[in-house]
Amino acid sequence: MTDKGTNKAITKLLLHLHPPKVNAQSIKYTRTFGLGGIAALLFVLLFISGLLLRFVYVPSEKGAYDSIIYLQNEVLFGQLLRNMHYWSGMLLVVVSFLHVVRVFYSQSIYHERRKNWLYGLLIMFLVIMSNFTGYLLPWDQLAFWAVTIMTNMLSYIPVIGDGMATLVRGGSEVNEETLLRFYHFHTGLLPLLMVFLMSIHFWLVRKAKGVAVPASPKKEMVNTNPELIYKEIVVALSLILLLIIFSMVVDAPLLGKANPLESPNPSKAPWYFMGFQELLLHMHPGFGIFIVPVLVTAFLIYIPYYKTEINVGVWFNSATGKKITIWSVVYSLIFTSFLILGTEYFLEFQQWMPNAPVLLTTGLFPLLLYILPSYGFILLVKKHLNAGKIELIIALVTILFTAYLVMTIVGSLLRGEGMHLFA
Amino acid sequence: MSFIKKITRRGFIKKAILTVVSLELVYLFLNLLKKGGEAIEPENMFSAGDIDLFEKGKVYPFSSAHFYLSCLKDGGFLAISTKCTHLGCTVNFQTKENKFLCPCHASAFNKHGEVLAPPATRALDLFPITIEKNKIWVDTSKPIRRNKYDQSQITYA
Repeated sequence: MTDKGTNKAITKLLLHLHPPKVNAQSIKYTRTFGLGGIAALLFVLLFISGLLLRFVYVPSEKGAYDSIIYLQNEVLFGQLLRNMHYWSGMLLVVVSFLHVVRVFYSQSIYHERRKNWLYGLLIMFLVIMSNFTGYLLPWDQLAFWAVTIMTNMLSYIPVIGDGMATLVRGGSEVNEETLLRFYHFHTGLLPLLMVFLMSIHFWLVRKAKGVAVPASPKKEMVNTNPELIYKEIVVALSLILLLIIFSMVVDAPLLGKANPLESPNPSKAPWYFMGFQELLLHMHPGFGIFIVPVLVTAFLIYIPYYKTEINVGVWFNSATGKKITIWSVVYSLIFTSFLILGTEYFLEFQQWMPNAPVLLTTGLFPLLLYILPSYGFILLVKKHLNAGKIELIIALVTILFTAYLVMTIVGSLLRGEGMHLFA
Repeated sequence: MSFIKKITRRGFIKKAILTVVSLELVYLFLNLLKKGGEAIEPENMFSAGDIDLFEKGKVYPFSSAHFYLSCLKDGGFLAISTKCTHLGCTVNFQTKENKFLCPCHASAFNKHGEVLAPPATRALDLFPITIEKNKIWVDTSKPIRRNKYDQSQITYA
């Protein structure tokens, strides 16, 4: 391939995504950490490896598990292919989440980027759904019980919950119907939707004139090719290399074939849902599965529509914002861990007030127990650090993110047999 | 109400048609998914055996049929579902501790299926029992939801 041919390929193909010239500030690695691009690349890798896996996989109760075994033992590089797909999928969840975190903290979701924040949240949701539907397909004990737990969580949503759970499962229990359903969502509908939404997502980035950068008097524009393209190729190749090496060393987990008669101890949801499962141990399911997630989602959607002064593109909005973020992380780390230990060992509202309705004792009380001190913390921050409105929103989001992370870590790493702490 | 002023007659009709058509498609799709869920399950009577086989105060597993037969001290029977009411894991009867334990989130239930330890909030489901000619039949197709245990749920010979 000549240089000329390479250049032509780049200008003809890649430059449809990028403008011919970009702001030098926006292609610094610390501006975006390349997270959006990495997520897009992972999607492509997943698409290709998934396409290949479809040739071997049999979506039936009898055939699914055996086809995975066949893939791993008989097919040349079959295990590697499955590992690649598995780890790319897990990495995609992590990277997408970090991407959400990045755009939030670098104040890149306001004004003309508002709509793209919403599309971003929607894509994040689809990423998780894709991962979750893929989780069932190996039809081993891990998959079967994780999906059983998750679909039963759905049934706690008031009024429509039971109907939804039945609809998702295609019956009252996880069975072949569920497998077929998840297979078609995983390999058909969800990727198709994601291609559409990703196109809109990219287009809206272009429309907002690229990555958000802080306002500065002198604006230096550089050629996309080679300045940006070079960086992208380095990141892409290193990522692919790392993924291949990792997949060669670490195998995707596979337990025994699914057995509806026996739950493994402990049975856990996929790790990215462990935060929810942890929440459920401390809170009435009506709250843990419905009220809290709905409130948080509504809040996330609302953020960019909040009317106040914003330093677009400035990390944490200001130096104060940075300080507040750090304090919020510290507060949330300590307080959440403390509360998990507290509700685990000492606070037994239900036993103290056996006659009160469970929605109060295990729902409202724990919720207030979390909200009131956090509200106090935010008031304190407002008073002492002289924070503006947008900084308080940052504090609140930081508390939520950190709390979810703490719950995820406690749920997936610190809980053993019988879901007891440190067992 | 500025947003009402923005709606024109033409725009309204256009949007109404679009909404109706998309609702129709959503409805069709949901029905497609529902097919499996609404299949009428045939009555599934499981024969648990003669009454004389069961000792009073013991719990017998019928794991392939997804229930435990609890024979109470007074000679009454309860067919208790193995499906935990918290998140659907399969509970196991621990003979030593004399209770049902869920391996997933440590919910515990007593011989009547009552909650002993959270996070479960409801008692275990029951299956209807009929006793004919000293034989116990359990209808495993119709689990009965209940919040609490009460005397009327027990079947006597």
